[in-house]
This record gives sequence, structure tokens and C-alpha cells, in this order.
Amino acid sequence: MALSAPQISRWLNSSKLSSFMTALQLRKHFQRPGTTLSCGIFAQPHVSSEGCFLQWGFRTYRTSSLWNSSQSADSSRQEINCAQSTLLPSVNEPSQRTPKIPGLDSEMSLEGLDDVPPLSPLQPISDEEAVQIIAGPPLPPSSVTLRDYVDHSETLRKLVLLGVDLSKIEKHPDAANLLLRLDFERDIKQMLLFLKDLGIEDTQLGPFLTKNYAFFSEDLENLKTRVAYLQSKNFSKADIAQMVRNAPFLLSFSVERLDNRLGFFQKELELSVKKTRDLVIRLPRLLTGSLEPVKENMKVFRLELGFQQNEIQHMITKIPKMLTANKRKLTEIFDYVHNVMCVPHHIIVRFPQVFNTRLFKVKERHLFLAYLGRAQYDPTKPNYISLDKLVSVPDGIFCEGMAKASVRDFEKFLKTL
Amino acid sequence: MGSAGLARLQGLFAVYKPPGLKWKHLRDTVELQLLKVRGLAFTSLKVGVGHRLDSQASGVLVLGVGHGRRLLTDMYNAHLTKDYTVRGVLGKATDDFCEDGRLVEKTTYDHVTREKLDRILAVIQGSHQKALVTYSNLDLQTQEAYEMAVSGVIRPMNKSPMLITGIRCLQFAPPEFLLEVQCMHETQKQLRRLVHEIGLELKSTAVCTQVRRTRDGFFTLDDALLRTQWDLPSIQDAIQAAAPRVVAELEKSLRPWLGTQEPPGADQPWDSERPRSALGPESHVGH
Repeated sequence: MALSAPQISRWLNSSKLSSFMTALQLRKHFQRPGTTLSCGIFAQPHVSSEGCFLQWGFRTYRTSSLWNSSQSADSSRQEINCAQSTLLPSVNEPSQRTPKIPGLDSEMSLEGLDDVPPLSPLQPISDEEAVQIIAGPPLPPSSVTLRDYVDHSETLRKLVLLGVDLSKIEKHPDAANLLLRLDFERDIKQMLLFLKDLGIEDTQLGPFLTKNYAFFSEDLENLKTRVAYLQSKNFSKADIAQMVRNAPFLLSFSVERLDNRLGFFQKELELSVKKTRDLVIRLPRLLTGSLEPVKENMKVFRLELGFQQNEIQHMITKIPKMLTANKRKLTEIFDYVHNVMCVPHHIIVRFPQVFNTRLFKVKERHLFLAYLGRAQYDPTKPNYISLDKLVSVPDGIFCEGMAKASVRDFEKFLKTL
Repeated sequence: MGSAGLARLQGLFAVYKPPGLKWKHLRDTVELQLLKVRGLAFTSLKVGVGHRLDSQASGVLVLGVGHGRRLLTDMYNAHLTKDYTVRGVLGKATDDFCEDGRLVEKTTYDHVTREKLDRILAVIQGSHQKALVTYSNLDLQTQEAYEMAVSGVIRPMNKSPMLITGIRCLQFAPPEFLLEVQCMHETQKQLRRLVHEIGLELKSTAVCTQVRRTRDGFFTLDDALLRTQWDLPSIQDAIQAAAPRVVAELEKSLRPWLGTQEPPGADQPWDSERPRSALGPESHVGH
């Protein structure tokens, strides 16, 4: 960023005095945990034990003067990808390794800051001092990964301690920029406390924030309104907590949208209010996902598979996942169960779990039973095999209990398919 | 476990590919299962596939992991034969020779008898026998070559069209019949076409309902791992169990055997009189 003329002249004046600033002085300036600079780093309370560090010329002077003038964040430095002069890094480097400047008193007072002009990079220094300067790599002005900034940002560090997976968040540059800009104490803490109020445990905060990376862009008031709305619809606190846990984006939806969604499910499925509530609590991603697959699946159930509305209602309340299941998978399984295994509709309705299994499992087990002559799915006849047990029990129990054969026989049979 | 486990995970093993599963998905599933446990130990794990099986076919599929992938090439160059059981159904013909293809023709099959079928299979075997000798580029003037050709252990060691080294009927219950085919350089589609052509030869029509590989080189049904066994410990055990055989057989096959006392692995060509169960594991390694 270009410097203004008065700043440049001030620097030129100060460089003639050729004195240094100590690390402690600068540390005191940089220690405010508040607003971050464009690349969001601040001196950590624990600066390296080498003591002093040097902040070359321009930058220090400019920031120190700004601090003296205003304590608020400088909005002119708010972009992550700031253009900059080639002379300087665009960010402060408070945690850089410091050059040892022998003989300096690290107790220099703060008031002396204005009087002591910083060291300019063009100033000649003795060879011993030159050798002792250890300059670490500068922070990049823009980067594709948050890893470069983690060391310097308290916000990022605290988030990592909470368990947030930054590698996922850095894939969304807007959210990553936001995180770098935010202050942990002021903004983030309040929202985390809000989540905890809701009932989300500490250990669950990390995964939640990883999924809903844009959570911090929400307004706290809006969030509270939405929770109040859900409570007005008779969702208990525990229910809301569970829903937010399973569908992290839930609270990012406006009240109108949530209302629309709830209304849609109530109308489409013709369920009672209580049943709709239970359905949504069990599968909250119905509220956050797209409605198109749900509409498609309803059509599939009604027209392609030929179920009645009350049958569909019964199946949905038992296995809500069917609403968002893959259309092709549903039709394949139904085709096999109804046409090959000859199971009529009313029995399939009683055991919707078959729609939740893999087709190969149903096929293999049915073929084995058919080979043994035990494929009997009619409850009125003897030796009846119930569909839900057919698909849900593990292999051992299936072979012993239902097929009355050993697992080895089942394996041998599988190798003949 | 670490590097010791990694060392044990190099080599060839066989899985049983179920019908309806694409071989690529199978390979990806196996890779996923192996990475799940090992996780950080492997940055990437590549599993290679030997002779492929198309989506509707089933049977023994040889996979190679780590350094074993190099052995896959050796196995390919060894040009070993493979065994298939092929089921056919008389009475209809479809465009892709499968049961669910578009129906082209329907015919009667009452006139088809077991003898007719056996005769046709013998003709097929005979014609392929001649092709075997032709494609192996052997000079039949030498005594050894002649003896080997007579005993029937010659096979081409370079590219050739599908060659059937043996074919016979195991079961015949019209309209269904079960064939056992020993072949090389085949694709499963060609085997289905074979069923179709057998149907035509019988003056009827036939479609293929099942193509199942029972042996690939020296891997048999017994060595093949089922879906429930596609995990790290089973695969490691399978690799270890197969390793000595792999080394021995590849050495044998790649060693030039013209001019040696006896052709390696010489076994009698099987004929239809020898009883063999279709479902049981193959007990010998054919070439």
C-alpha cells in the first residue's frame, strides 16, 4: 500500500536519529488481541525469548502512529490479498525471530516511542549485528491455506483447539477470510456461548463449525429468532439441539424458509403436526436439503411403485431416509422384492427396511433361501421368513436361524452365483 | 504393524467378483477397505487388476497390490488358460446374447439331444486345436514339437484371437445346459457369442445366462475371497498363501520349454468321460 506523504517525510526524519525500538515496546503495541490486520496476525503474549526484535522502518512507524491515533481496526488493511510495495511485507511480523541488539535495555518505556525513531532498512549496521539478524520468512499476503496464518492468529488457534478442521474450511475462501478477520473474544465467543446454551456439547462444537463454516457470518439476533420460532412450534430444547447437531446448517435458514419447509412436509405427506415434528427431528436434513428429490421420490412411491398414501405415510414415519434415497436404488430393490421374490405390497409396507439395504444383500440371501427351498415370505404359511430379519441380521444368524445351514455352505453357494 | 504390515501387502491375490458389479468398483472397494485400516501409513495404495471380468460375469478375479502389480504383467505374458462355466438356455436369441437383451428370434428345441450337443462341442474343440498350433508359431517338423502338439499342451505365447483348449457339456436339461470351457485370450462377450453359435449349430437358438470364471491361471475358486473377506487381514493371508505358487508357476511358464525333456506341467487333456463336479473347486492347475 502506498504511504502518504507526511508519513514518508516523518520516516525520513526519524531515520536520521538511527535508534531502535525494542521488542517490548512493539510487543505492547501489538499485544491487543483485537482487530487483526489484513493477514490477521498479532504478537502473541509469549514472544520469543531472544528479546528484542526489529521491525523495519516504514511499517512499524506507520502502525505505531496509527495506534497512537486510533485504537480501532484499520479498515484500509482489511483485505487478505492486499497489493503491496515490494519493500515490505504487508503484515506485521511480531513473532519473527529477533536480531540480538546487544546492550539495549528492554525496559524502555512506552512514552519514549514517539521520540525513538525506528531503524530503517537503509541504515548501515555493524557486521556483528548483521550476522545476528535472523529474519524468518514473511507471512504471505495471500495464500491458499490457513496453515501459514495459524501461528499468528489467536482466533485460528483457539478454533483448532476446539476441534475445528481448518483444512476443510480453507477450501471456502470467503469463510476463511472471515475467520481471519474476526476477533475471538468479541465475536466468536458469543456465538459459541449461544451454541452451548442451545445444548451442544463442547466436543461437538468443532465438528459443527467444520461443517457449517459460514456460521460466523450469521447475526446473533437472527439465530435467536430462529430458535424462538422453532420453540414456538413446540420443538423442545433437546430436540432443537439434536437437530442442529445432525444438520449444522439448520440455523442458517431464515424463519420464512424453515416455515415453508415444515409446511411443505406437512402438506405433501398429509401428516399430523406431531408426526411432522417427529419426522423432522429424526431427519433434520429434510429441512436443509433440496426439496426436489423428496418430490421425485413421492412421485416414485405413488406412481411407479404403486403405494397408497397411507402406506407411504407409514413407511416414511418408520424410515424417514426413504424420502431422500436414490430413486434408482428404490426402484431396483422394489422390482426385485416384488417381482422376483413375489412379496405383495402390504407386506413390503410392514418392513420398509428392505429399501434401506444394498440390493446385492437381498439378492444373495434370497437366492440362497430359494436354493434351499426356504424362501417363504408369506406370514400366513409355515416357515415364514420376515423381510426385516432377512436384511438386517448378520450372516451368522441368518445362516443358522433362517437358512438352517452353515456359513461355509453359504459361502460355497455364493461362489456359484 | 507399520512397515511389516506394508511388506506383507505386496503380491497377488484373487477375489470372487459377484455378478452385477463392475470390476472398477470392485477394485475401488478393495482399495478403500485396505486404506481404512492403514490410513496414515499409506499415502496411496494402488490395486491392479489382472484379466478383467465384465459387469454381468462373475468369478475369480486376480488383483495385484504394491509390487504385485508387476507380477500381473508376468501373468499376462505367461498366457495361461482360464476355466469358465457357461450356462445357456435354448429357445431364443437376443442381440447381445444375454437373457435380458432385445429378443431377435424364438425357436423350438425339442430336436436337440445330448449327443448332438456333444458332437458340436467336439467339432469346436477340434477346430480350435488346429488354431492353437497355428498361432503358436511352432515348427512342426521337429520331433519335440510334434509330440507336444499330439499331447495337446501347445499354446500360443503371443497375441491371438480367442482359443478354446477344451470344451465339454456338464449338464443337459433342456432348455438349459451347462458347459465347461477352457480357453485363453478370451472376452466374456465372445463366450456368450459362442453359446449363441452353438445354438445356431444345433439348428435352434440359445442365449447365455451365466458366465463364471472358475480358474484364472493358477488361482482357483478356493483362493478367491468373497465380499465379506475383502479386508486387510484376509487379503494379507491370501497373498502369503498364494506367493510360493505364484513364483513357481510364473517361473515355469516363462522358462523356454522347447528343447527340455518334458513340457512343463504336462497333464492329460481332459475329456468328457472324466467326471467332474461343476460346483466343486478345481483340484489341479491346468495350463
